[in-house]
Amino acid sequence: MADLIRGEALAQDVWTWVKLPDSGEPVRKSAGKVVLFKLTGEPAAADDVIDRCEVPATGKVLIPLSVWLRRHEALAARMAAGEIGVWLDSHEEPAELADSLGGDLNRLPLIGVNFPKFIDGRGFSVGFILRNRYGYRNEMRALGDVLRDQMFFFRRTGFDAYLLRADQKPERCIAALKDFSTPYQTSTDGNVPVFRRRIGQKVPA
Amino acid sequence: MYRYDDYDRALVIERVAQYRDQLQRNLAGELSDDEFRPLRLQNGLYIQRHAPMLRIAIPYGMLASRQLRKLADIARRYDREYGHFTTRQNLQLNWPKLEDTADILAELATVEMHAIQTSGNCIRNITTDPFAGVAPDEIVDPRPYCEVLRQWSTFHPEFAFLPRKFKIAVSGTVEDRAVTYAHDVGLQLYRDDQGEVLVRVIVGGGMGRTPILGSVIHDALPWRHLPTYLDAVLRVYNRYGRRDNAYKARIKILVKAIGAEEFARQVNEEWQLERDGIATVTDEELALAAAAFQDPDAPARPARDAGFDEKLASDRAFARWVSRCVRAHKRPGYRSVTLSLKPHGLPPGDITSAQMEAVADLADRYSFGELRVTHEQNLVLADVPLADLYALWQEARKHNLATPNIGLLTDMICCPGGDFCSLANAKSIPIAQAIQAEFDDLDYLYDIGDLELNISGCMNSCGHHHVGHIGILGVDKAGSEWYQVSIGGAQGNTTSLGDVIGPSFAADEVPGVVKKLIETYVEARTPEERFLDTVRRLGVAPFKARVYGESSKKAEVTHG
Ligand code: SF4
Repeated sequence: MADLIRGEALAQDVWTWVKLPDSGEPVRKSAGKVVLFKLTGEPAAADDVIDRCEVPATGKVLIPLSVWLRRHEALAARMAAGEIGVWLDSHEEPAELADSLGGDLNRLPLIGVNFPKFIDGRGFSVGFILRNRYGYRNEMRALGDVLRDQMFFFRRTGFDAYLLRADQKPERCIAALKDFSTPYQTSTDGNVPVFRRRIGQKVPA
Repeated sequence: MYRYDDYDRALVIERVAQYRDQLQRNLAGELSDDEFRPLRLQNGLYIQRHAPMLRIAIPYGMLASRQLRKLADIARRYDREYGHFTTRQNLQLNWPKLEDTADILAELATVEMHAIQTSGNCIRNITTDPFAGVAPDEIVDPRPYCEVLRQWSTFHPEFAFLPRKFKIAVSGTVEDRAVTYAHDVGLQLYRDDQGEVLVRVIVGGGMGRTPILGSVIHDALPWRHLPTYLDAVLRVYNRYGRRDNAYKARIKILVKAIGAEEFARQVNEEWQLERDGIATVTDEELALAAAAFQDPDAPARPARDAGFDEKLASDRAFARWVSRCVRAHKRPGYRSVTLSLKPHGLPPGDITSAQMEAVADLADRYSFGELRVTHEQNLVLADVPLADLYALWQEARKHNLATPNIGLLTDMICCPGGDFCSLANAKSIPIAQAIQAEFDDLDYLYDIGDLELNISGCMNSCGHHHVGHIGILGVDKAGSEWYQVSIGGAQGNTTSLGDVIGPSFAADEVPGVVKKLIETYVEARTPEERFLDTVRRLGVAPFKARVYGESSKKAEVTHG
């Protein structure tokens, strides 16, 4: 079982992470805004695959963006009950999620960002955008290839929950959140850049 | 020169601890080779053909003598008593042991050095003009900005796993000596009418498989916005750069795919998010960075020195060296000296531990204990009193550091190639040596004049062959080593990419080909023309005819 870290501690996971069924041949989107996916060569799920996705009827569920976009009306009641969280894959657009929520991401108690492979660093920017462009304040969870050696970066870009890959040791991952004491630059964490701290030392307030 | 404070020191020490743990997990089988790979690369460690290769960062090419001594010591104790300077102004050790690498990094940390982000798909060591701060044509000293950007880019949490490597170059001179048009991002610093420093931001240049010059996406960015604006550039690239094909993953491919204008628009939109935010650099912060790069406390000196003039007139070898290896300095009575790491017959850019120590001594005695690494793989003593040049030259000669060939054909840029690099299609060092042997006559070299010959062992173009006046590229044909030759490339203000002259050659043919190219030039040139100028005036055709004409049969054979 994968361990969940929330903040800096092991936590109970009450959410069911729902994934799309295996789609067979991927279909590439090619129109409108989605042209960007052509650039990165990302496959997008076909409608029938999305429709085949089984969402548990009760309890808290973390569902794919594509499922949310196609079924948000049917899921409205559960959404209102706080049972719906949405996750984005590394190539998916936070803007699409925001549009579907009238711009207010804080209606969601949980957003997940998937790291399909740990060398795929798009999720760090996705996290930054969710927090900074859309002002998302609730739980933001790193999913997928969530490994100890990226913990520091997850936290700094705005993640506050981490669903570890099954082979990871949670205590080592928690320790890795503090690999560095004072990073140079700012990010979602609002870290004061070291240059500013130095000035602070030189010019006492 | 920039000195660490407690913040910098803590970060490199924490980095060594982090890496040591990663290495131990890998050696213990807890961390797979696949997962260790990107982590070690971001610490400069490649696993190469013969052994690991460790690439040590020399931020924007500045080194203190005590650091060079440490490098000499490390090369002696952990390697084979030599290192190799690269076109990224870094130093590579070719034979360290994997198990020793954490200890080497710990040793480096004691002299404020590291191997952070010298490899891997992240923001690499930032490069600049090796004559920064001393060049007479300097408009803005780029080093404080480089230091601001070094700190901005080090362990940037959003950009540690980019689609591909990301290289930034900064220049602040009339004559661009940092190849800013051939980098992922090139930054040209200049001043407006009020003297305010602005930045021309160029993106999407690069060499490699798809050589292309960058496009200007912002012509007048106020300097204080550099970190936030570059965040925006990197964020757009991080999200939309291709990840399905390593050969198409550099930012240049993205910029080309959507167009520079659209890219600029997206960057601008993204920038609004952080613009004027906490990462905007203040005057005080820049002043703090600039304080590290004050001119050395050098006594004023007369503009002329009788002893120097006398030696210049009486000693032909010295005069020759001065003409090639000594440059003007912004202050009277001083000069900048390039120590050639291209002695004929030895691998370009290599330096032994003993030479490193000798250079460190020379730097202490003649140049305020500092030196610089050039992307042409030579070393520079930036602030040498005119009156000391003769003494310096005599000592440099003893250590084989005074080959008077800077800017000449034998001052080649050459990547490590197939002797060391596992990506290589072909060897490059033996080609350099064979060409040096062919052109060992100094008088002839001087007659040929300014000529940049660059050699890369594969399309990754570490040897910058695309911008060589003559470029040589190792290619693989049915498992054997061949060389493609191009002419007409250039760096600097008139940067251009060379044209391939035709089918490739076997290794032993290359010196002869270069010879024919040179002969064509010598016969066709006007008195004031450099090789490059003649190529630009006449085009490739006469050169091609000379090279292939006499051996058309051979050319057909090599076509296959
Ligand atoms: S150009 Fe190719 S062969 Fe040469 S160092 Fe770079 S990757 Fe290796």
